[in-house]
Amino acid sequence: MSAPDSTRVMHLRVWRGSTRVEGFYQTYEVPFEEGMSVLDALRWIRARRDSSLAIRYSCINANACRTCMALVDGVVEYTCTARLNESCTTVEPLPTRPVIRDLVTDTAPADEKQR
Amino acid sequence: MTHLSTDVLVVGAGGAGMYAAIAAAREGSSVLLLDKNLIGRGGATIMAQMTVAAAIGHEEPDDWVLHLEDTLEAGRGICNEPLSAMVCQRGPERILEMDRWGTRWAREDGHIKQVGAPGHRRKRCCYVDFLSTGPAVAGTLRRQVSGMANVRRLSNIAVIEICVAAGHVRGAVALDLSTGSLLTIAARTVILAAGGLTKIFRRNSASANMGGEAYWLALEAGAELVDMEFVQFFPIAHLAPRLVGMDPIMWDPFRYKLGGKLLNGNFQEFIHRYGGQDEGRYTAARDLASYAILKEVEAGRGSPHGGVYLDFRHVPDDSLREAFGPVIDRLLKNGIDLTRVPIEVAPTAHYHMGGIAVNDRMETRVAGLFAAGEAVGGANGANRLSGNAITEALVFGERAGFFAAKAAMDTDVDWSPAYVQRARAEFSELRQHKEKGLGPAALQNSIQDLMWENAGPFRSGKNLERALPALHGFHDQLQDLAIAHGDIFNLDLQDWYELKAMLRSSEAVVMGALNRAESRGAHQRLDFPQTIAEFERNQLLSLEDGTMTSRWTSVVRSGMPST
Ligand SMILES: Cc1cc2nc3c(=O)[nH]c(=O)nc-3n(C[C@H](O)[C@H](O)[C@H](O)COP(=O)(O)OP(=O)(O)OC[C@H]3O[C@@H](n4cnc5c(N)ncnc54)[C@H](O)[C@@H]3O)c2cc1C
Ligand code: FES
Repeated sequence: MSAPDSTRVMHLRVWRGSTRVEGFYQTYEVPFEEGMSVLDALRWIRARRDSSLAIRYSCINANACRTCMALVDGVVEYTCTARLNESCTTVEPLPTRPVIRDLVTDTAPADEKQR
Repeated sequence: MTHLSTDVLVVGAGGAGMYAAIAAAREGSSVLLLDKNLIGRGGATIMAQMTVAAAIGHEEPDDWVLHLEDTLEAGRGICNEPLSAMVCQRGPERILEMDRWGTRWAREDGHIKQVGAPGHRRKRCCYVDFLSTGPAVAGTLRRQVSGMANVRRLSNIAVIEICVAAGHVRGAVALDLSTGSLLTIAARTVILAAGGLTKIFRRNSASANMGGEAYWLALEAGAELVDMEFVQFFPIAHLAPRLVGMDPIMWDPFRYKLGGKLLNGNFQEFIHRYGGQDEGRYTAARDLASYAILKEVEAGRGSPHGGVYLDFRHVPDDSLREAFGPVIDRLLKNGIDLTRVPIEVAPTAHYHMGGIAVNDRMETRVAGLFAAGEAVGGANGANRLSGNAITEALVFGERAGFFAAKAAMDTDVDWSPAYVQRARAEFSELRQHKEKGLGPAALQNSIQDLMWENAGPFRSGKNLERALPALHGFHDQLQDLAIAHGDIFNLDLQDWYELKAMLRSSEAVVMGALNRAESRGAHQRLDFPQTIAEFERNQLLSLEDGTMTSRWTSVVRSGMPST
């Protein structure tokens, strides 16, 4: 993913933390490219601004792996198909799953984990 | 440090890995199936939208020998024929077994429907509607493997080293992403089913987990790689406008069914101007389209994003809807109205023909180390027919699982903490890296750019020679990269190992391409445009004292039935 060349900037307000009670929101500026998905923006942040941000995804384009779900502006969405919102997009972990860290929730079946 | 023990360790849980786990468990082995992503979701298998080729003869009379002939022809003389024969002969068993397990292959009049595809002389390509082949295959195998008591599955575990002692595999070291710690595994045999490498190129159809880790792990363990220069570039992958939620290689059937026109940046047709070089065969046609597109771009006649236009404006709306109903709406949601605007397409890295060298028991030259799926090299030679890759994943998976289980029975467990000393020391060092500065994810982007510019669809000695020292330069930066602190789901740790794998795989592709001073199938050298008979051989790469070394070997023939 190369840096988008446009100078239009979008804002992402991303939930960070390891437990629901200690979470906080961090806002990032992302250069906008037409048609960009929320996942595109999150990956750009990881590569260019803050690699400590934890996200889960795999297939990027095909919308096949179904691993990238999060709450986008309050709605459960695949981050790879959700679009950025003009003013500021808020991204939070899925509300119904235990938080692992940041946007990553515990979505693996119980018998695919250690212990 | 957590330690696990198993008879058979399977690295990677795509189509090949899951089938391998099932097959090994059927032979009575205990199996540990690991994936750096979630089981069944991380790789190419779940992304495949098109078809699976197998001579089951449901649509019309067919024979696996015909399928083999087609496969060998596309492979341009350098297929490992016994491996190609294995795929074609055993493909039907696997498709029918999957059918019994509940993969809903599209049917017509009670039989499995099979369609034609370029290069296949019979209608032999099975699929699941609508564009759901990959998810259906992955879903079936996931269900099947979950039902097996002696298979243990673990997600978010990335294998970072295969342990070898006294010439035999002993197990592996892995990074447990959810705890940020190392995990060790003693195993009697190991199967590498960690998929392909197309992520090393800027333009790719890959998932996040296709940086060539199988090749890196194999090389470091002492195995050989074969024909690494052969990367399949798909000529008309989607380029612009940004299209989300769809496989970028989806345009082929559109063009095929509706006759989309390829136009350069000046809206002129151009393919015919390069037609003289077409041998009229499918494989040639694929190479030709890529060549023509990149030549137009080079001559300054590309589309705004550096590709060409694919134009359907001459096709009436109702024909579009009749052929691709729901897909048309998904496109409209992306703001793409095919009746009004042409889209932009360009070649993209799509599949890897090269890979780990194995014998006809899927075993590498390291005893106890097996490979399966796209990670294996040889079955497709210089070019792969569409539909052969999923078949290969299923067949090689089953064979590798079977043979690895057999071999495990004759092998004792031998484990010593000494086997992980190097990996542990490296990991502790990694945890001492500074926190701010250039990180592994950013450097991955630089490798992708370098590989695309210098070792992409069209290569020259000059560019390839430039790429090698640049890759070594990146390698020297590994120790200085910033790594975020923290343990839980720290992607920087995973990215760092992935980066090492991308560097090794890239080096293998570049070195292979440099040494093969000819053009053949998917490997196109601008400075050596002809196919040269003396190169009708396979190139093997290995690490000798840490240095990548190449040797040539004659093609393994006699894929035809010996009876
Ligand atoms: C978009 C797309 C469309 C395609 N369409 C078709 C088609 O229609 N027909 C066809 O025949 N072929 C198609 N192919 C090719 C085909 O899908 C693949 O060749 C095949 O699925 C490979 O299967 P596999 O099991 O070998 O690898 P994969 O399915 O890629 O699985 C490899 C797994 O290994 C895991 N892994 C990687 N490294 C590690 C590690 N270090 N530790 C643990 N796990 C690891 C990955 O997370 C992944 O889950 C397509 C490919 C793509 C990308
Ligand atoms: S990344 Fe695969 S569905 Fe979103």
